Amino acid sequence: MSHHLVVRVVAKLLMPFIILFALYVQMHGDFGPGGGFQAGVIFASAFVLYALVYGMDAARKVLPDGALRIGLALGVLIYGGTGVLGLLLGGNFLDYSVLAHDPVHGQHYGIFAIEFGVGLTVASAMATIFFHFAGRGANLDEMEE
Amino acid sequence: MISTHLPALQIILPLLAAPLCVILRNGTLTYWFAVVVAWLAFAVSALLLQEVNAIGVIAYKLGGWAPPWGIEYRIDLLNAYVLLIVSAIGALTVSYAKPSVDQEIGGDRGYLFYTAFLLCLAGLLGVTITGDAFNIFVFLEISSLSSYALIAMGRDRRALIASYRYLVFGTIGATFFLIGVGLLYQMTGTLNIADLGERVAAVGPNRTITVAFGFMAVGLAVKAALFPVHAWLPNAYAYAPSVATIFLAATATKVSIYVLIRTYFTIFHHDFSFGVMALGDIFMVFAVLAMLAGSAIAIFQTDIKRMLAYSSVAQIGYMVLGVSMATVLGLTGGMLHLFNHALIKGALFMAMGCVFYRTGSVSIESMRGLAARMPWTMAAFVAGGMSLIGVPLTVGFVSKWYLLLAAMEQNLWWILVFLIIASLMAIIYVWRVVEAAYFMPSSAGAPTDIQEAPMAMLVPMWVMVLANFYFGIDTKLSVGVATRAAKFLLGDAS
Repeated sequence: MSHHLVVRVVAKLLMPFIILFALYVQMHGDFGPGGGFQAGVIFASAFVLYALVYGMDAARKVLPDGALRIGLALGVLIYGGTGVLGLLLGGNFLDYSVLAHDPVHGQHYGIFAIEFGVGLTVASAMATIFFHFAGRGANLDEMEE
Repeated sequence: MISTHLPALQIILPLLAAPLCVILRNGTLTYWFAVVVAWLAFAVSALLLQEVNAIGVIAYKLGGWAPPWGIEYRIDLLNAYVLLIVSAIGALTVSYAKPSVDQEIGGDRGYLFYTAFLLCLAGLLGVTITGDAFNIFVFLEISSLSSYALIAMGRDRRALIASYRYLVFGTIGATFFLIGVGLLYQMTGTLNIADLGERVAAVGPNRTITVAFGFMAVGLAVKAALFPVHAWLPNAYAYAPSVATIFLAATATKVSIYVLIRTYFTIFHHDFSFGVMALGDIFMVFAVLAMLAGSAIAIFQTDIKRMLAYSSVAQIGYMVLGVSMATVLGLTGGMLHLFNHALIKGALFMAMGCVFYRTGSVSIESMRGLAARMPWTMAAFVAGGMSLIGVPLTVGFVSKWYLLLAAMEQNLWWILVFLIIASLMAIIYVWRVVEAAYFMPSSAGAPTDIQEAPMAMLVPMWVMVLANFYFGIDTKLSVGVATRAAKFLLGDAS
């Protein structure tokens, strides 16, 4: 895509807005439609666009495989860890009411952390799936042996 | 404080250990981590069974939300018993895994195997422990997705096709179950199993309930690999890595049988399931067909893992047969076989894992003369085979005995005949392997430097084999719990 100057510039311009929209959907999940899952997909789509326009090598530099792997695992751990924290603070597993001085705030913090975990894992999973399918062409011969 | 949270810990331990394995990323480190976690999960399930024995049903409110609105973990004798089986097999299998996984999957990808293994364990335990019908579906998908990954890690490229096929079948099965749950929700407005049990009875047998009943029966039959819909099972077990086969063969279909029992005894009352809907008659026919067809096809297999897989199809027939009688004795027999078959197939597939580790093949030709080179492994296979056939003093005998008693109690003499025919066929297919290993010389081109499998594999395998004999002699735990669970399900207080 190196000769499509318009596409390259527009893609670069759009990136921050896509990410911002993803973060909006993530944060707004408590009050309206949205939440971690949708936000994760939108977040990953910014990097999918980047990979489509600038190529896989450039995209991998931005999001290395190692970072994606950590993101995948960390999201689940944040979700589960929030549950365990509730357990350690004297509630049941995934009981957010005990996370703060009163149940209303506790529920708020709890769902916020959980949704963040979901968003992180979904974004990493989406990017990983795309990178694996897109990256397959280059070493297809290698895989066929 | 810990004791009140045991039901949650049962799931959290393996579920959160799985992503930690991804972060640790070192083959040896993740192995030891997985071993510790699996044994801890086993300890938790043993404590849970003890507690259920002492005080009765345990309920745990997830997130502090009261049922039927929140998700509830509800443990009675039936699922405490299944939890113990699954976690015990999980712990023994992962202890056995290291040499086999290093060889078949490779040290650098080993951590992915343990991750998928722990997720699968968490999924299967979750299906068993939860008291929420939709939650069953979620955990069913966790365990299924991770088992597709486990199977696809097989060395043979056919593992990919086997895994894909299981994916298609498994998804159909789980979706049918979910459609059933959805229809029940539409009629009753609840997903809690205990609550469903009361409300389905109150609504009465209308069309929606009947359709839900049918969808769930088909879906669960696919997941449990009951005879006409068993096609995904043989290749999945044959081409999966040895360790994955051991674990899945000993647990995955058992958990589906558990869900079947839970659905038709707790959600739909057994009077409705087996009286009005005559589910027992349908399942009994398929169970007998499974016993005969599975055993017959097993006789003609040259790949021993595939042979054992077809034998599993037959053994699932035994379990469903017991359940389909819907009497205390029959249900006891079915649940006993669930426990016993896990031990039998665990031991047999572990022996095959050892053979594959040393010879790189599990075909009947590669077994020739192997008993001289791998005496302990082949002895374990013989012991497991005897248990599969149902020789007295082994677990296989105990469960078949209960099934026979149950059939006789109902005057189902024809079942008796088929049970004996299927056992005779088991003698044939087990004997083929024994004959090759003990009475045939090694084939001309066979490598001569084959040694006994390493200690790390032999010890867990022999623990499993000895359990086959221990529970064949001291049946207090297996028969005792199964009988009381059966009485509990049938509402027989005596």
